[in-house]
Amino acid sequence: MSETVKHDPNLAPVETPLHRFMSDYSDSAIAMVALAVLLVIVFIALFAPFISPTDPYDLAKVSIFDGKLPPGSVSVDGVTFWLGTDGAGRDLLSSMFYGLRISLGVGVMSGVIALCVGSSIGLMAAYYGGRVDTMIMRIVDIQLSFPAILVALILIAALGKGVDKVIIALVLVQWAYYARTVRGSALVERNKEYIEAAVCLGLDKKRILFRHLLPNCLPPLIVVGTVQTAHAISLEATLSFLGVGLPITEPSLGLLIANGFEYMMSGRYWISFFPGIALLITIVSINLVGDQLRDVLNPRLQK
Amino acid sequence: MSAAPTLEVRNLKTHFFTKAGVAKAVDDVSFTVDKGEVIGLVGESGSGKSVTGFSIIGLVDSPGRVVSGQVLFQGKNLLTLPDEDLRQLRGNRIAMIFQDPMMTLNPVLRVDTQMVETIKAHDSSVSKADALARARDALGQVGIPAPDERLRSYPHQFSGGMRQRVAIAIALLNKPDLIIADEPTTALDVTIQGQILFEAQKLCSETGTSMIWITHDLAVVAGLADRISVMYGGRIVEQGAISDVLDHPVHPYTRGLLGSVPGHNTRGQRLYQIPGMAPSLLNLPQGCTFQARCPKADDACLIEPQITEPVPGRAIRCVHPHLDADEEIGV
Repeated sequence: MSETVKHDPNLAPVETPLHRFMSDYSDSAIAMVALAVLLVIVFIALFAPFISPTDPYDLAKVSIFDGKLPPGSVSVDGVTFWLGTDGAGRDLLSSMFYGLRISLGVGVMSGVIALCVGSSIGLMAAYYGGRVDTMIMRIVDIQLSFPAILVALILIAALGKGVDKVIIALVLVQWAYYARTVRGSALVERNKEYIEAAVCLGLDKKRILFRHLLPNCLPPLIVVGTVQTAHAISLEATLSFLGVGLPITEPSLGLLIANGFEYMMSGRYWISFFPGIALLITIVSINLVGDQLRDVLNPRLQK
Repeated sequence: MSAAPTLEVRNLKTHFFTKAGVAKAVDDVSFTVDKGEVIGLVGESGSGKSVTGFSIIGLVDSPGRVVSGQVLFQGKNLLTLPDEDLRQLRGNRIAMIFQDPMMTLNPVLRVDTQMVETIKAHDSSVSKADALARARDALGQVGIPAPDERLRSYPHQFSGGMRQRVAIAIALLNKPDLIIADEPTTALDVTIQGQILFEAQKLCSETGTSMIWITHDLAVVAGLADRISVMYGGRIVEQGAISDVLDHPVHPYTRGLLGSVPGHNTRGQRLYQIPGMAPSLLNLPQGCTFQARCPKADDACLIEPQITEPVPGRAIRCVHPHLDADEEIGV
């Protein structure tokens, strides 16, 4: 900082919103742990090909003789399988790293697209009001009255398999949550004076909507975004587990769980168990982070 | 004052169509604002003064609607202007300043962003550097020290008085011909209020900008305005040069209003109080809207009083005006 800044008596104390946000967030030890775990998971997902002990999809390296080995076994080539192997002899740890990458990728991707689509629609509903609003919100209500998994199943049945199809299905299931959230807070913000002032300044509609209204609706949107991303990941895992989600060539955590399911009762618990634990940890840590974000960003809960 | 007035409002009627009935928030209001002139629009809460301001720039929200009348701005009727043309006028030729400076700036955008977009919204050919230079000048003009640094600040880094200065600077950016100020100093403390009034006065005389200053504070108007319009129940009840109206109020309501202001010669005495309450706009009495609270009311007041001009430049809407200057207030 240069010496020209600050020391103006008219200046409010220098506490940027980001600073306050960070110190509020770090209040909770559990949330900090959850955030750390989440960062590790994201790191694993991003760099799976570089940190995996083996490449589970390189058929030349996979030996059927290594199949169904318990955790800690050593392969014929001398590789240690820390979490055991699955029925085809693939290293479970490596499979999980790759699976995490796909699960997280699909979840985040569908979350981001649903957020963009949903918040644009919600913003439109709030801004135009009247008949547009009623129509959009009735569609949202109808969609939210069906269980998400049911809607996703029907959509997958209609669309077919594939990563892109799953993402489309998840977006179509989730946009309504974002639309409803944005509409709610945009209705509040719309009546504030700064929006009226912006209209009085003759700014155009698009600018008012996206530069003035939307950024002020972000706090609740961030919270819903984290929770919905966790929801999308578990939804995708469910679809894959049921065998209608991702194709076998791109196994996510859900598919890994499904793979080991048949061996579950024959003592080979690890094939389903470890991917299940990974899925659990991912979703719980995202939810914990989301909870803390909600507490921090909600002015009514502020101490 | 021979040139055409900057703004001429003719028989403006803005009604709100609610479930409980029609609220005549603005009912047959006419006034003119000349170039460089400051008009004080005075009245209590719910007298229709703010709605008048919003009607002029075409921002009356549903269920309100301008029912009839004309708003001539430099000869153009704003009420029949297409939306896009009206948008071009807003923030450009006509600017508005709001009451609460804490609320009128977008909390998530820096001051420079908000100022630059205001300039660019009306002239996209201006380069960013030029726009920033104009923003800096405008901040300097309203007396903000170190405008270069302040441009990069967020609204929450400013105090209330400073924020209102920023809001005024934004209103001034495109050198408007008319500024509508809706109680801009009500939320500020008295010292800041004085500074803002001083800046406003200086600007009007320097740039020839006309101003409509909406307020309930007679003291503010007394020091600032050239002419004053007193509103009651959606109508203008008295209008004239500031010194005439304040020294010799003619309408019983204006007299009551002035009588309720504490002065040095009323020390220790009980202040005059206008009896009763402002009528609901949904259920205005027939005839004069002030009759229920007026000490002079009689049967003649049941017929709607017309605007009369006892002296040129002075308009009143009353059948029993206090033309005798020595009459005691409230009698």
